[in-house]
Amino acid sequence: MLKQTPLFDLHGELGARMTPFAGYEMPVQYPAGILAEHLHTRAQASLFDVSHMGQLALRGDRRVAALEALVPADIQGLARGAMRYTVLTNQSGGILDDLIVTNVGDYLFLVVNASRKAQDMAHLEASLEAGLGTDCGLTELADRALLALQGPMAARVLGRFIPEIAHMGFMTAAPFEFNGVRLAVTRSGYTGEDGFEISIPSADADGFARLLLAQDEVAPAGLGARDSLRLEAGLCLYGHDMDDSTTPVEAGLAWTIARRRRDEGGFPGADIILAQLRDGVARRRVGFLPKGKAPAREHTIVTNNDGAPIGEITSGGFGPSVGGPVAMGYIDSSYSDVDTPVQLMVRGVPRPARVCKMPAIAHNYFKA
Amino acid sequence: MSDLKYTKDHEWVRVEGDTAIIGISDFAQEQLGDVVFVELPEIGKQLKKGAEAAVIESVKAASEVFAPVSGEVVDTNGPLADNPGLVNEAPTGDGWFLKIRIDDASELDGLMDEDAYLKFTQG
Repeated sequence: MLKQTPLFDLHGELGARMTPFAGYEMPVQYPAGILAEHLHTRAQASLFDVSHMGQLALRGDRRVAALEALVPADIQGLARGAMRYTVLTNQSGGILDDLIVTNVGDYLFLVVNASRKAQDMAHLEASLEAGLGTDCGLTELADRALLALQGPMAARVLGRFIPEIAHMGFMTAAPFEFNGVRLAVTRSGYTGEDGFEISIPSADADGFARLLLAQDEVAPAGLGARDSLRLEAGLCLYGHDMDDSTTPVEAGLAWTIARRRRDEGGFPGADIILAQLRDGVARRRVGFLPKGKAPAREHTIVTNNDGAPIGEITSGGFGPSVGGPVAMGYIDSSYSDVDTPVQLMVRGVPRPARVCKMPAIAHNYFKA
Repeated sequence: MSDLKYTKDHEWVRVEGDTAIIGISDFAQEQLGDVVFVELPEIGKQLKKGAEAAVIESVKAASEVFAPVSGEVVDTNGPLADNPGLVNEAPTGDGWFLKIRIDDASELDGLMDEDAYLKFTQG
């Protein structure tokens, strides 16, 4: 039985095409279609229902130490209202999930992938029971929806209702009240654009979503556009661009490993990850720019010009803002320099491509 | 009543003399969503009925167009290279894919007419 988000009825009214995703019945696109939804997000603002994602609260006096035992981020240094992108690692340095951690004051607010929610909670709870924080408790905020308002007009739109959001920096969080509804707002997202994620009580989500959609600049967008937007933005999708066999260094996420944590270690797989930071890795995540217009999709084999396999595409498709194919994947580090010529085996035929920089479309994040 | 015949794989065929013009149905383009790339066969290629004739890529996925009849590819729709959206805009018109010189017209006997195809897609 698929679960539904609090916006299920609204998706139906909007004519969404629904698809099963991580146990939820989610909108993959609306009648406008993925191309139009994608381009609208980059030009104006789109509303995404991301209520399937796990919203967790980690409470207790030792919550910071408890979480630092599981991730390589600097959680101690996370001021109230600040947030970090980080990863849960295993003993081999592999990535169990990627998540956003926000210090909301009373507790640490974690947003995790829908597909990993159950495993993440079991992993966190097992670690707490192992003595990392017996006074800590983890709860799922299951009665909350999560809306993402993304695009260059997002601040103008949300500012009509909550003027204070104009002062929020990128990757910061703040609580607000609007018409008696308590909203937890972060300036963040998964599109490469400025935008906000709004955690809202489930009972109030439909009304607030309709209010946002009634604004001229706002259109609904589904998981299809979310995927093409994040692909152009060079952002990883768990289970595709990283998993428990890839380390943060291989995945190009070394920037998430804080200075202090590099010195002190103390997170799962630290010995392996810190050695990779020092000595390098045998393979790494890069962007690929296919020549021509044929998209190269996930699991496409990458070869050198002699036809020897040197990597694999992990996410690939058509980038509507690029106007052509966009791809990322893993490659033997000796071929990872930008502009290195490679071949992509699409439907059995080698097609020329080059290693390229990510993101394919420059980030348009808010700068105060 | 249209003169198009349909396959269960959602291709349509229009026969003009000894030539079959082939495309994908309106239902198929609607299901695929925005078409962003079409790979067409070489002119002169011999295709067997049921073989892959073309590849169609939407934002989400790649899918195949199968030859509904055996024969030689005598023409392909060049404008699709720069404007694959024609498949969405006019799937049974300017969005056609290829023309095949028919080897054996009896291969087309089992195809559905428009009414039967509509029932098939609604079933």
